[in-house]
Amino acid sequence: MASIQLGTRKEKATRLIRKATFRERVVKDFKRNKYVYAMLLPVVAYFLIFHYGPMYGVQIAFKNYDVTKGFLGSPWVGFEHFVEFFKSYYFWRLIRNTLLLSLYSLIFVFPAPIIFALLLNEIRNMKFKRLTQTITYLPHFISLVVVVGILVDFLSPQGLINQILSVFGVDVTNYLQEAGWFRTIFISSEVWQTVGWGSIIYLAAITNVNPQLYEAAKIDGAGRFRQIIHVTIPGILPTITILFILQLGSLMTVGYQKIILLYNPLTYETADVISTYIYRKGILDASYSYSAAIGLFDAVINFGILVLANRISKKVGETSLW
Amino acid sequence: MVRKKKKNHIRSGLGDMTFNTINVLIMIVLMLVTLYPFLYVLFSSFSDAGLLSQHRGILWKPLGFSLEAYKAVFDNPMVLIGYANTIFYVVVGTVINLALTILGAYALSRRQLMWKKPIMLGIVFTMFFSGGLVPRYLLVHDLGLLDTRWSLILPTAISVFNLIVMRTSFQAIPVSLEESARIDGANDFTILFRIVLPLSLPVIAVMTLFYGVSHWNSYFDAMIFLRDRDLFPLQLVLRTILITNDTSSMTVGSLGGDTYRISETIKYAVIIVATVPILFLYPFLQKYFVKGVMIGSLKE
Repeated sequence: MASIQLGTRKEKATRLIRKATFRERVVKDFKRNKYVYAMLLPVVAYFLIFHYGPMYGVQIAFKNYDVTKGFLGSPWVGFEHFVEFFKSYYFWRLIRNTLLLSLYSLIFVFPAPIIFALLLNEIRNMKFKRLTQTITYLPHFISLVVVVGILVDFLSPQGLINQILSVFGVDVTNYLQEAGWFRTIFISSEVWQTVGWGSIIYLAAITNVNPQLYEAAKIDGAGRFRQIIHVTIPGILPTITILFILQLGSLMTVGYQKIILLYNPLTYETADVISTYIYRKGILDASYSYSAAIGLFDAVINFGILVLANRISKKVGETSLW
Repeated sequence: MVRKKKKNHIRSGLGDMTFNTINVLIMIVLMLVTLYPFLYVLFSSFSDAGLLSQHRGILWKPLGFSLEAYKAVFDNPMVLIGYANTIFYVVVGTVINLALTILGAYALSRRQLMWKKPIMLGIVFTMFFSGGLVPRYLLVHDLGLLDTRWSLILPTAISVFNLIVMRTSFQAIPVSLEESARIDGANDFTILFRIVLPLSLPVIAVMTLFYGVSHWNSYFDAMIFLRDRDLFPLQLVLRTILITNDTSSMTVGSLGGDTYRISETIKYAVIIVATVPILFLYPFLQKYFVKGVMIGSLKE
């Protein structure tokens, strides 16, 4: 009995000491860093308001949001909006379009800068190499509106593409009005925009590959091509993996800012993706709760894929984001 | 034996040469494909509208020479207002971006800061998960920012990627510099302004360009947050002219009936006018942007 009492008192005492030390640490830390915390204040406030604010606001996905009643006053409806979306006529079309554009991006847009970096690395003339870089980085700095503006002009019935193709006897086509052409236009212009700029990170990774590995490969009789396959690519694989995981994390959100500029009702059949649908429903039609529900569905899937891909990569290749 | 080796050497030399030639050819084609659309737009913008409308196919120089289109662009009030607005968004927006990013990066680069890890985690999390478009729109609405200039500045006040880049760069500054200042009684503000910032001018240049270009090029926030045409940035005016093909905005107060005749060349001139500032900055942009991507790609 006595020993038990003794024990609890001892525990209490240590707990008190621990508590005190924690509080002391906080106070000491705050005293030492008071100016640092003053600096952090506007930064933390920004993230709380403009990033965590919308996360708090996402509750309207489970409510019938009414502007006059506000976030808290609007009545709960549970998963009604999610069910409505899953049952909607557009659901499968949106999923199909989103996943297909993402898949084509993974197949064509993602590897393009890798291949470009590998080829560029083989250019021995430094001046020529720098010229190539200067020119191919350029599209990255051009605004989306200008890129799409040029596309619209070139692909119009009177545009440059039709003018050139008519020489070869190809019939005039209004490419941007035909659903069948949308994916090709979107993906190829995406390659055009990103191939140069995307290569920077891989070029940096290539310079970090141990030069002795190339020497060893040469002694083993490997030519340039084999050196690329057996030394360079394995050397930059961690970088490729990281960027691939990040890309997977936005599988459900393809570049909607570009699609909104590029599509029209005639091409919705192939061009309308989840994010563009959210934009039309939420901003243009003001169906706030319904579109917030779709947005949440989208964000949760994206985050889930990211976490999953990261975990798999950690197990298989020991490369991961966190 | 010796002969065989020689042969082998010649063959690999030949293989090398074919590889190099094909590689250089690929690069040249890529450069042409990248550059030509801009050249076509440039040539067309200086062309005579009548000649251009009759021309088919590729252009290698302007057809005739005319500044009519540029005159129409600079006579257009919407373009001028858009230009002025964009300059405002770029300047004010970038100053706020820089101030907040510098404060955040300095604070989070301190070694002895108890709450650093949870705060950092909370910030990085926003890179991978967000409340979505509609809650963001409603927030801006509820804050009373809708249809104000602040709606293009405050919601994008800090980019997490840029914050991380700047923090990484601040962390690389030797601690010893700061310690001796602290012994002399300097506080964190003094250290930031007297020691860290003067040593970080390159990364500040990178950030200025990162933020500046993104303000110059963005259109989406303006499209959803602004109704008042007097607040429209240039990109939104461009969208009206180039993509939604709303020529009414072009004819307001400009050449009237003449505008229709030169409407094609006007489009090209508008593209050039909107892109020239970026092209002027391009040599700096390229140098510093590459540096920024390099810092950003370093794993801690």
